[in-house]
Amino acid sequence: MDRRRTLKWMLAASAMPLLARRAPAEGIPAALTDGAAALTAAAPAAPQGYGTDPDLTRIHHPGDLWPLTLTPAQRRTAAGLCDVIIPADAHSPSASSVGVVDFLDEWVSAPYPNQREDRALILEGLLWMDAEASRRFAKQFAELDQSAQHAICDDICYEKSARPQFAAAAKFFARYRDLTAGGFYTSPEGRKDLGYMGNVPLLKFSGPPAEVLRKVGLNPPSS
Amino acid sequence: MLIGIYGASDGLENTPNSPAGCLLPPPAPLVSDLLIQQRASRLGIPIVAVHRAVLTQQLDFRRSPALLHPGNLKAQKIIAADMQRRAACFWATPCGRGCSIRANYQSTTVHLPPALATGNLHILTDAMVREVRLHENGLAQGVTFIDKTNGSVHSVAARVVVLAASACETVRILLNSKNARFPQGLANSSGNVGRYLMDTVGSSLSGQIPLLESLPPQNEDGAGGEHVYAPWWLYREQHAGKLDFARGYHIEMGGGKQMPGVGTMNGAEWLTGGSYGKKFKEDARRYYGSFVGFAGRGEMIPNEQSYCEIDPSVTDKWGIPVLRFHWQWSQHETRQAAHMQKTFAAIIEAMGGRVKDGPTLDGAKAISPGGYIIHEVGGAIMGGSKESSVTNQWCQTWDVKNLFLTDGAVFASNADKNPTLTIMALAWRSADRILDLMRRREL
Repeated sequence: MDRRRTLKWMLAASAMPLLARRAPAEGIPAALTDGAAALTAAAPAAPQGYGTDPDLTRIHHPGDLWPLTLTPAQRRTAAGLCDVIIPADAHSPSASSVGVVDFLDEWVSAPYPNQREDRALILEGLLWMDAEASRRFAKQFAELDQSAQHAICDDICYEKSARPQFAAAAKFFARYRDLTAGGFYTSPEGRKDLGYMGNVPLLKFSGPPAEVLRKVGLNPPSS
Repeated sequence: MLIGIYGASDGLENTPNSPAGCLLPPPAPLVSDLLIQQRASRLGIPIVAVHRAVLTQQLDFRRSPALLHPGNLKAQKIIAADMQRRAACFWATPCGRGCSIRANYQSTTVHLPPALATGNLHILTDAMVREVRLHENGLAQGVTFIDKTNGSVHSVAARVVVLAASACETVRILLNSKNARFPQGLANSSGNVGRYLMDTVGSSLSGQIPLLESLPPQNEDGAGGEHVYAPWWLYREQHAGKLDFARGYHIEMGGGKQMPGVGTMNGAEWLTGGSYGKKFKEDARRYYGSFVGFAGRGEMIPNEQSYCEIDPSVTDKWGIPVLRFHWQWSQHETRQAAHMQKTFAAIIEAMGGRVKDGPTLDGAKAISPGGYIIHEVGGAIMGGSKESSVTNQWCQTWDVKNLFLTDGAVFASNADKNPTLTIMALAWRSADRILDLMRRREL
């Protein structure tokens, strides 16, 4: 996502905190306004640079290198959306169960330029998900049943066909799905799900098995 | 023979055969490589084993040392012992993060240990060279450097000074080494230091190949990089005037079920129609490993508009003036990039594949920005006269006879081949020359 598109989305989303601040009077759960407060509190300060690489000879845990961002309420929404995108199935567990929310929290908290752009997109987007869930179903997104969650996601899951009022949310969803997939498929469970078999020492590299070559319509190499 | 390169001798005009005993056997091609080979051959594009510095078998430690260091028993013994300490590739772990078994070539892991074993090498780290000092007799007398750990300034004296700081940094050191004799920078009587800076022409395109979808799981890590590539092949067409640019490029390519990364399944809406949930997981299994990527790497012709000079107002944290850059591609490069895009799209189409947004046919948009391929070379070019160049054919500066430049700065052109191995060959040649001159007391 380039800067120009992010700015456009941020402008489109800029009305939402106002909506959220008015929300309690209209019966929207207080947790939503907590989210808005957290968002304001977590707004990026003026960039101060981020120094040199961390000491890579130490083991770092989330939060060691920069403070994490997501509040418990934001984490619930984040986990709910992760698991709508990558639920458990016969092959592998759900995204949240392999730590993708921790990954996302660390990602949006990082000081690097690309992550800072994602931060704005993701935090505003999570806020929108709960606001939309409240508007349609008077609950937060993570508390909805699957059909209600899908009713919202179906409107925003494909940028190309999303209706204009969902254009900004669809951009958020596309990026959120990319990051969820990135976190999930780099976990051991995610790699296994894809059938990745590499990164193990071999004595010999033999190339593709004859079965694979036949499927593609190639003859095994003569040499 | 010294570092270990896999590849094959295919007798192609662009890629002359290597002498016997030089190349290690290339790794088996991946299924995507073989499919590319089959379909590209229909377009007349040769796909052959690439040359890459990874050991597919142990180096010939019995035979090679005597050929590498004739008459030098000590060097032969050290290099033979070191060759036995490098293992053949175990087909795992990413080469780019360093190779714990030293199968992958890096100068730090492959050259420095045997050089240290001679007892003749002393390495000073965290030493930021500011300038080369010139003696009043016109010879370089050593360098001044800053200890980066505490900012203190030190000097070392030398009989011969060899700069190999990477092309731009070598230029920067020369331009910052001003004195009464060289007010425009050391070894710069020609005014050519900083000029004729080059990078590689780069452009890339990837495609999704239905034939490669949902293939049975298999380990495709391979040698951690390319197994095959396409060397420049259109000599005849170019000679007949059918191309609108001079010089050529090679095509690097990759595919297969590589280690999933943070970008895996990113931007896949054009294939999935925006799926999420269990359908998204099925789509991921289907499309993972079905992509092929092509990257062109081509020759840039040096020009007057691409150069660097000392920035009059900016210094680094040590107070050393930095470079500023000027860049302009000529039509030879931008048209070459457009040709790359058309070629990659044709190969992908011949594979039955599709390209997300189509090829970029405007060469000025298709070409990577100058500096992006990080093959920066030139800036202190080698040549036939002291008026037109900075060094002679031995990487020895015309102006200061005990000052040598052994990095990419001396390149007078930047062929499509990645520059490292050429830099090493020139440095080796230069080192032999330095030894020869020292023995003859000419240095």
